Amino acid sequence: MRIFDPHIHMTSRTTDDYQAMHAAGVRAVVEPAFWLGQPRTSPASFLDYFDSLLGWEPFRAAQYGIAHHCTLALNPKEANDPRCLPVLDELPRYLVKDQVVAVGEIGYDSMTPAEDTALAAQLQLAADHQLPALVHTPHRDKLAGLRRTLDVVRESALPTDRVLVDHLNETTVKEAKDSGCWLGFSVYPDTKMDEERMVAILRTYGPEQVLVNSAADWGRSDPLKTRKVGDLMLAEGFGEDDVDRVLWRNPVAFYGLSGRLDLDIAATEATHEGNSILRGGA
Amino acid sequence: MTHLPAHQATPAADTQGTTLARTPPHDLHAHLADRLGEAARGWLDQALDEAAAHPGAHGPISVWELRLAEAGRRCGPEHADAARILILHAARADTDALTRVYAQGTAAERRAVLHALPHLVPGPQALPLVEDALRTNDTRLLAAAVGPYAARHLDAHHWRHAVLKCLFTGVPVTEVADLERRAHADRELARMLGDYAAERTAAGRPVPEDLHRVLTLTDPTATPPAPAADHGPNGAEGPHGKES
Ligand SMILES: [Zn+2]
Repeated sequence: MRIFDPHIHMTSRTTDDYQAMHAAGVRAVVEPAFWLGQPRTSPASFLDYFDSLLGWEPFRAAQYGIAHHCTLALNPKEANDPRCLPVLDELPRYLVKDQVVAVGEIGYDSMTPAEDTALAAQLQLAADHQLPALVHTPHRDKLAGLRRTLDVVRESALPTDRVLVDHLNETTVKEAKDSGCWLGFSVYPDTKMDEERMVAILRTYGPEQVLVNSAADWGRSDPLKTRKVGDLMLAEGFGEDDVDRVLWRNPVAFYGLSGRLDLDIAATEATHEGNSILRGGA
Repeated sequence: MTHLPAHQATPAADTQGTTLARTPPHDLHAHLADRLGEAARGWLDQALDEAAAHPGAHGPISVWELRLAEAGRRCGPEHADAARILILHAARADTDALTRVYAQGTAAERRAVLHALPHLVPGPQALPLVEDALRTNDTRLLAAAVGPYAARHLDAHHWRHAVLKCLFTGVPVTEVADLERRAHADRELARMLGDYAAERTAAGRPVPEDLHRVLTLTDPTATPPAPAADHGPNGAEGPHGKES
């Protein structure tokens, strides 16, 4: 089973995770820029984080045979802090980089006017840079949040078939599907989807334009959830082609809209002989 | 099923590492032109013309810096380093420009800047970039940092630590430019290597093969190596001159 996790925050994960993910079949990941748990207070800390998503993290991933791309953006939560807003002016020079395959995660957290502005501005940035957009839907007041998100997307220069709305569930999947957007589901313990509900949704709505991710991060989460969904799909009667479609071809098709997806794993000779991850930060 | 090996490791290009830093840009261009597809070659030629016509900083991001960013997806990752070196050369990037590009670059762009240094910076002004790369644990950057520019300008202390870091992180010492000349009769380097070997042995760990190789080079009674082939920004070996 080949797996592309289209939404996972590897910065927060260990090399054990990379090893286990590779063993489970994960060969590609997309790491969206997001909130680190501790609020940032200046654009500079965003820039170091973006640099890490374009430098160190792909290097770590390559050592475990996993291709790493990223999506960059000012996340909705921190769009509410005026001290962080200048990062929007820095984004254009980052959005031209080779490994950036979408603008994201953008969207709503608390649905404030500041979030409206940041979402609209970054959808425009995506259109300007011929990139698709990864749009997070809020955890609180989810259906209202989805509707407001879709309204802003429809008013933007970006067609809906270049937008992935993520963290969907039973209450939001139908309207999201009707919009023509790509459909993202995070299988995440306790707060988002689980494997059984995911398979039920696939049975009802089909595998077209559906992407399944672990959204694993610094919270209680599981980077192997993608594999567990694939296993349950097979156990519940889906064919291998359906599994491959959901866990590989759909994410390749969506992020491939950027024209920048490179799935050859760029490990170097030096890392083959011996690798600096294994020897720590000395 | 997947067909990707777990640790696919071989760089696809035949222009790697020290070769890139040693090959004169004109030869590098000819070498690359033979290997790029038509669309990529057209893109590169236009990017080089633009860079030559409009070097320097213009607005939030100069056109040549934009081309530098997109070189990977235009030319393919295996040719991106060479394409970026050519763009930097066409733009006549000076130390300030190289420093900006490095600071704002992805790991791949940073690597290209490091390879470009011997072509573009005659003096030691750009050493802070080399020292920055040597602080990382990214073996791609480390290998690019120990090229001819470091061989020419890095002081003895930093250079010895760079060699040790290569051993520590598994960067082959064949990447270290001018290794024979600089290691020759270096007693302090010999001491450091000996201590490192002792530490590995005490821990029950193998001593890297490369360590013995470098240790042999430090022997003052060994035949001193011939002078280095590379003597500055314009003196260099041909495109196939990779040693070892
Ligand atoms: Zn996320």
